[in-house]
Amino acid sequence: MSVRHALLGLLVDGPKYGFQLRQEFEATTGDVWPLNVGQVYTTLQRLERDGLIAPLDGADEREDQQRGFQITPAGEAELSQWLNTPPDLVAPPRDELVIKVLVALRLPDVDLQEVLQVHRRYVVELMQQWTRLKEDEGELDLALALVVDAELLRLDSVVRWLDAAAGRIKRAELDPPVFDPTSPRLRRRLAVRR
Amino acid sequence: MSFLELRDVSKVYGTGATEVKAIDHVSLNVELGSLVAVMGPSGSGKSTLLTIAGSLEEATTGEVFVNGQSLRQMSRNGKARLRRRTIGYVFQDYNLLAGLTAVENVALPLELDGVGAKSARATASSALDELGIGDRGVRFPDELSGGERQRVAIARAIVGERRLLLADEPSGALDSASSEGVMRMILAACKRGVAAVVVTHEAQLASWADRVVFLRDGHVVDHTVPPPSPEAIIEEGARR
Repeated sequence: MSVRHALLGLLVDGPKYGFQLRQEFEATTGDVWPLNVGQVYTTLQRLERDGLIAPLDGADEREDQQRGFQITPAGEAELSQWLNTPPDLVAPPRDELVIKVLVALRLPDVDLQEVLQVHRRYVVELMQQWTRLKEDEGELDLALALVVDAELLRLDSVVRWLDAAAGRIKRAELDPPVFDPTSPRLRRRLAVRR
Repeated sequence: MSFLELRDVSKVYGTGATEVKAIDHVSLNVELGSLVAVMGPSGSGKSTLLTIAGSLEEATTGEVFVNGQSLRQMSRNGKARLRRRTIGYVFQDYNLLAGLTAVENVALPLELDGVGAKSARATASSALDELGIGDRGVRFPDELSGGERQRVAIARAIVGERRLLLADEPSGALDSASSEGVMRMILAACKRGVAAVVVTHEAQLASWADRVVFLRDGHVVDHTVPPPSPEAIIEEGARR
């Protein structure tokens, strides 16, 4: 996650000190991503080096915790570009869970449905924990609610994949497919994406 | 003691070559105040389990106990009384009667149980109030949104002194905010002491439950263990 751009975002409404940025960062992310002070100051130093923020007048000589910073026009441009650039989601999937199931597929004595169920149970238990955070809606601020939704939807997609895999494997056991993962045609098509 | 207990229950449809075991030696316990989700793919036996738990169908073998009473030992009238007084059902397609208003739909099981019409409607109105749709009482089902219809169905399922709530894919085709609303209502009923079973194929719905039971090909294959405090998940994430 980009701490760098999150800090730039926090400086848009006015100059701030390091400790203040840390507090606001944690509040902005629903207190789900704690940040240590060292990380804040290191990031501020790099942002200053890159001309994206500037120290307040007279702040040069002070200790880190007493230095205030403001965003520069270059910083504002960088922030705007970051907000509008989708994160890289197109990389070829190398999900560890998928790899585990693909490896299990090649092993003769492994009960694939059991393997899928172990992972399904774990993910649903994680979802139960995230859902508990939503139970008391009154205590849930908007930032935390958005984080919880993101986690639940991400985990939900994992369960959906496990369910789809279970169905596909079951059908394949009943009617073995002519699927060959080493087929040159498929390999060529996948190679295009690399 | 469990309010609902399924003890080694099997249900077989058909005979000989056409025999299908919908559920196979299933045991399940649900205490008052707890919400249990039964998760599984289509055809895993979820709905059959629910209809047997609710005395809408009889188990082929095994025993079902509701509030300590064996359904097998119960007369037809006894079961009908149990369904009117103790068990509430919520279905995916709401199952509201189109010719009755929302409040009349909710009051119906009370009236069938001998409660006077005026008193039944007053109780139904307050149930709708509790679910935030008190002002929709005079409307007919086709004048309500999907989310409102499901609220009426939940009000009907928990009205009176019902202590067992059985829900089959209760969020149906509702959007995610309305689905969450439905689960909140079921959870609120559990907090008031109702025992609830929700069957679903959706993990997001199941994750509201205290315990999730996984069904596959008619068998209970697994269940979740009670989750630790929600804070633990954030602390764990922060350590990484």
